[in-house]
Amino acid sequence: MTTEVKDTALEREELISGAEAIAIACALADVDVITAYPIRPYDTVMQFVSKLIADGELKCEYIVAESEHSQFEIVKHASAVGARVFSGSSGVGWFYAFEALAVTCGLRLPVVAMVGNRALDDPGAFGCEHNDALAVRDLGWMLRWVDTAQEAMDAAFMAWRVAEDKRVFLPCAISTDGAFLTHSQQIVMIPDKRLVDEFLPPYDRGEFVLHPDNPITIAPQVNEDWLMEIRRQTDAAMRRARDVITEAHNDLKRIFNRGGDDPFIEEYMTDDADVVLVGMGTLALPLKVTVRRLREQGRKVGFVRIKWFRPFPQPELRAVLSRFKAVGIIDRDYSLGSPDNGGVLYNEVRSALYDGDKRVPIVGYIAGLGGREVTVPMTTEMFDYTQKVADTGIIEEPLRWIGVRD
Amino acid sequence: MAVTAVEVVYRGIFQKSLSRNICRTIVLAARKEGKIGTAFGRYGDSPERNGIPAKYFAIVADDPTELEETLAAYEPKEVAVTIVVDDTLCKGVESWAWYGLQPINELTVEGGTVLVTSIQPEEDLVKDMHVKDVPYNLSIIKGAKSFSGLWVYKDDHTDVRILGALAKVCPNLVGLEAYVDTIAEQSDDELKAHSARRAYDRVSVSPVEPGQGNPEEPFSFDKPGWTKMGEAIVIPGIEVGGGFRGGEGGYQPVRNDVFKKFSTRTMRPVINFETCTKCTLCWLQCPDSCFDVTPEGLYDSDMESCCGCGVCEDVCPVPDCVTMVNEEVFDDNSSQHDHWKRDRDGYMKWLDEMIVVAKSEKEVGAGRSHGFREWGEYQKQIEMTGVAGDD
Ligand code: SF4
Ligand code: SF4
Repeated sequence: MTTEVKDTALEREELISGAEAIAIACALADVDVITAYPIRPYDTVMQFVSKLIADGELKCEYIVAESEHSQFEIVKHASAVGARVFSGSSGVGWFYAFEALAVTCGLRLPVVAMVGNRALDDPGAFGCEHNDALAVRDLGWMLRWVDTAQEAMDAAFMAWRVAEDKRVFLPCAISTDGAFLTHSQQIVMIPDKRLVDEFLPPYDRGEFVLHPDNPITIAPQVNEDWLMEIRRQTDAAMRRARDVITEAHNDLKRIFNRGGDDPFIEEYMTDDADVVLVGMGTLALPLKVTVRRLREQGRKVGFVRIKWFRPFPQPELRAVLSRFKAVGIIDRDYSLGSPDNGGVLYNEVRSALYDGDKRVPIVGYIAGLGGREVTVPMTTEMFDYTQKVADTGIIEEPLRWIGVRD
Repeated sequence: MAVTAVEVVYRGIFQKSLSRNICRTIVLAARKEGKIGTAFGRYGDSPERNGIPAKYFAIVADDPTELEETLAAYEPKEVAVTIVVDDTLCKGVESWAWYGLQPINELTVEGGTVLVTSIQPEEDLVKDMHVKDVPYNLSIIKGAKSFSGLWVYKDDHTDVRILGALAKVCPNLVGLEAYVDTIAEQSDDELKAHSARRAYDRVSVSPVEPGQGNPEEPFSFDKPGWTKMGEAIVIPGIEVGGGFRGGEGGYQPVRNDVFKKFSTRTMRPVINFETCTKCTLCWLQCPDSCFDVTPEGLYDSDMESCCGCGVCEDVCPVPDCVTMVNEEVFDDNSSQHDHWKRDRDGYMKWLDEMIVVAKSEKEVGAGRSHGFREWGEYQKQIEMTGVAGDD
């Protein structure tokens, strides 16, 4: 069996990493202002952005700030004057920008960022963990997880489109697993600029634009008599994002012929499954291998990948997961002291299913921290235990750490 | 085989472009044959400091589904070909990405090939490589430790010669014509395709039998589990050293025994214990505290710890008292001071010869793929070893 080599005028094929894919997306989306501050693994995107600028393929203000905090303050302000922006960070670098990250949501500024997911220090570690991006989950950032370089590029186009929609005006972060996505080169189809232009309209800040011709004040000090209404507005914007994502997804499918069936989740071999695992990011790749191998042995297993973490795909997960006999949630993160000492995703999924018609048994797995590989044997172990829960109906251990040395 | 992987073992950071180019070209050429692939570096190696051993991989599969299992992993479990672009790495690699010494042929499959750029004879390379219990092949491409691809250095065709040879030793990965087409797309230099073809025609393949090679057990470490590890990320300080090699007198610091670093070295210092004035400068300035103080107040560099940076040679005020010499000729890490104590005349004669060779090699810079280089050194080296398929 051979793989068809596509080559049409409307797209070209390249061997690039996830970080490079996002840099190229910046060029195709005509981003106006990019800010940077080096931290691995995000920083590999800086190299590619610099190269695109040097090669004349990207014209933008490229500012290497003196810290992550300034990095995100600069794009926040640029976004306020109507510039399309891009920035990013990793691990504790993202945390150093936290104040700027928080204020961006209330001001309703459509900053798009790449988080090269990385373990939080200490100890210093470069490997992938999702706690960095997840830290902003309560603030009004939309959060998207991708599993290939191709999806990283497509998600970037989606991010500007949804974030810059007037109904939303919220920042959006694309999570790319450190190493496995940021630094690995895969075959990617790069759309022609004409397709990108069709998909992505220019950013129009409308009456909110900060400009001398449009005298406005933003970010005032308010007291207890104002803040709740402002929060409720941000909340309403996040709720509206769901429909905007669906619209954008449909256009992405129509124009680029990619994106899968559902905007929020991807189902893999779930049709007749008894037991499924749920996870985010590149762990989808070994998981799909495991699903195929177990299927060859006659086991009815499947996998559900969550693409959007914010807004959280509650309706989709409720509808889909209730079909199964047991569900296992894989967290490449931790939420110490949380219910059942589970991960963030585990608790979110459980909460989302609480009021469902059928409450399916759920177990949690913490795996792949600090960039440890999530392997086929590890995911097989998860399927085995989840199957046991399905067979017995008893959850002896609601939460297990997989692949940790005792 | 449906999924085939190769690795390039190189020295960061100056050989990274070379290794990246090789792996990218493999995947792009595979595309021409309707296959699909991925190219990536060993991520834990990526804080590439000068000289550290690092790896780049290319994995090729018949279809995307087959490739999937390899996409979220740090390295393949086995490789059809191990490409070595600095022959001192044949002694094994201790990477930043793992603990212990990995034999150069560790991932090479049974019947696979270790493909080395070297001007050493085959038997010297086999002596360096750890014993394997399955047969494999050794192929040599005559050439220097190349910096090809690094913009400040001349393109010496090392990458295309390796690709040509690869088509010969691993034809099921990618065939020669696909490489030649891809190379032609990447460069206007027609000589490059010619170099690739020549390497294909001329590469030698010699079998290495089980049991042949360095019989030493490579050092390794057991990592503790979370219930046994000390808490709070506290690492106890290493104890203050005792006497010289545990005996009376002198001083030997206690060193990290889980990270030794000597595979970073392409040059090692040799010491003239008879002209040393005991000025202590080498001992003070060595960034890795390599020097043991002998009972008579001399300084003996511990070859398990030395990364070959050359600082000691630079700071030593006595002419030819510390000389950096080519690592290639050594088979072990034994103490020079012990050698000298045992056989002073023999040691001094050996030392004199080492210095003469080092000086002549310095003329052409043949010894190192990293460290300090002088202007024009690399050009001379290429002239000496021959370029463009002068196999
Ligand atoms: S070359 Fe000299 S200074 Fe450098 S690590 Fe070795 S002994 Fe120390
Ligand atoms: S720097 Fe040279 S002279 Fe001084 S102690 Fe070291 S070897 Fe001896």
